[in-house]
Amino acid sequence: MSTTNATRQIFTLLQDQRERIFPRWIEAVGARSRGRRSSAETQVELRPIFDALVAGVSGGGVNVDNPAYDELRAILAEYSRARARQGFTPSETAFAIFALREAALDTIHDASGSLDYADTAAFSKLVDGLGLITFEAFALARETVIVNQNEQLLELSTPVIKLWDGILAVPLVGTLDSARTQVVMEGLLQALVDTGSSHAIIDITGVPAVDTQVAQHLLKTVVAARLMGAECVISGIRPQIAQTIVDLGIEFGDIPTKANLADALKLAFARAGLHVRKLGLNA
Amino acid sequence: MSERIPVVKIGRVLIASIPSDLGDDTALLLQEDLSKQIVEHAASGVIIDISALDIVDTFIGRMLARLASISRVLDALTIVVGMRPAVAITLTELGLTLGGVRTAINSDRAFEILQSLDVREEDDLADLADHVS
Amino acid sequence: MSADSDGERVDISTDADVVRVRQAVRAFALRAALSIVDQTKIITAASELARNALVHGGGGFARIALIEENGRVGVRAAFEDSGPGIVDLERALVGGISTAGGLGLGLSGSRRLVDLFALDSDSRGTRVTVTKWKR
Repeated sequence: MSTTNATRQIFTLLQDQRERIFPRWIEAVGARSRGRRSSAETQVELRPIFDALVAGVSGGGVNVDNPAYDELRAILAEYSRARARQGFTPSETAFAIFALREAALDTIHDASGSLDYADTAAFSKLVDGLGLITFEAFALARETVIVNQNEQLLELSTPVIKLWDGILAVPLVGTLDSARTQVVMEGLLQALVDTGSSHAIIDITGVPAVDTQVAQHLLKTVVAARLMGAECVISGIRPQIAQTIVDLGIEFGDIPTKANLADALKLAFARAGLHVRKLGLNA
Repeated sequence: MSERIPVVKIGRVLIASIPSDLGDDTALLLQEDLSKQIVEHAASGVIIDISALDIVDTFIGRMLARLASISRVLDALTIVVGMRPAVAITLTELGLTLGGVRTAINSDRAFEILQSLDVREEDDLADLADHVS
Repeated sequence: MSADSDGERVDISTDADVVRVRQAVRAFALRAALSIVDQTKIITAASELARNALVHGGGGFARIALIEENGRVGVRAAFEDSGPGIVDLERALVGGISTAGGLGLGLSGSRRLVDLFALDSDSRGTRVTVTKWKR
């Protein structure tokens, strides 16, 4: 079969010409790394890939889905992840793999040897397959980075603020999903305990919309706070959100709502038995 | 197995701290002890600290509600303090609202509530005295 | 990994056993690294179900295990009694009713606290299994 033949050809090529192909590959990749990688570093990064490729070809032919390529796939995935974290672009990352094709074909050309068309195509396809693996791993790694950043943002973007002795506020900004609402609300309840506060204001002026689940979480938080002996006020409900709440048939019951944070604070003051008074100019 | 929860008296307020694992016997003994001591000391308030409890199920919830009712009959206000956030969230999910049980975030807050009630009571008595004279 | 290679069995025949079930579930919830809220939820549900087995089923036993499925880790607690069974299952699961002086939330409430809830009841007894996954 021609594949078997191609496999043997490619294997022999990688094996025999290793001393020529590998340095060439390192050089090509190094030239594109814009000084972020020394040639020694590049060697350390790419050597396992080359070794795993030779092992893959010998065990699994030119089919990258073969189990013989498992190790190479894992190494490539790790390589892509590292590159994604280090801020390389996807094309820079894929280039590092595609450069292997030039390095190999040029080496054959220089040695005035030749691979026939079928072998060249098979080798090309193999390298393309490897390129796709790096692409996928790269995209996945970037997604993970984004998810992590979202989580960090979540922690940063939902501070619990002490407005007064015994009065806390959480100003919520941005879209609320169920998970985020839960995190915020647990944080608020813990802050009530930590500061010994009996009053909390949940301000949702910066929230464009809520769905049923989020509204339910808000309600449950108010009920949970009440069980703990603290009273909540929800302020800054936008007209659209009020409509959603009514349309969804969510019962707000006896949970106090106020148009804005100032009114909510006034209510919290009153409940805490505090009175704010304007001093006369001559007083 | 059944241990007694110590009840501390400060002024006219009785304080009991529930241990982390509350057995049924202990709960029943506490009910007895508290009712007795409310009468004995003419207590006006009872503070039950549940900050050590890592769960409140319907049995413990029912016990707290019963304690509150008994003390009300004996003219003392029971305030449950120190409920953990995770416990409150779980109770909310469970659908248990502890109706009729007064709660406060900590015992300082509970003392404030009890003091303000005492003051109000004295004011009422003073008003009454004014009317009579 | 086999589903419940290292389960623990706790017999339920006295009030004190309910506390023991809670302690066992807490230990497994810690091993599964559940969040504080999730720990509290599964321990509370287990407490309700253990008491149900004791009060309604005349005693029985609980089996608690750490489970792993499709890369997820969780805690599973199964309760078994040989009582008369639940006559009106639907009503018992809707909640708000009680037949033994409880608040009528034991069964319906514990269902809301867990991720998986399986119930099987006939004249020979009641078996309830609850699962909480690590999120």
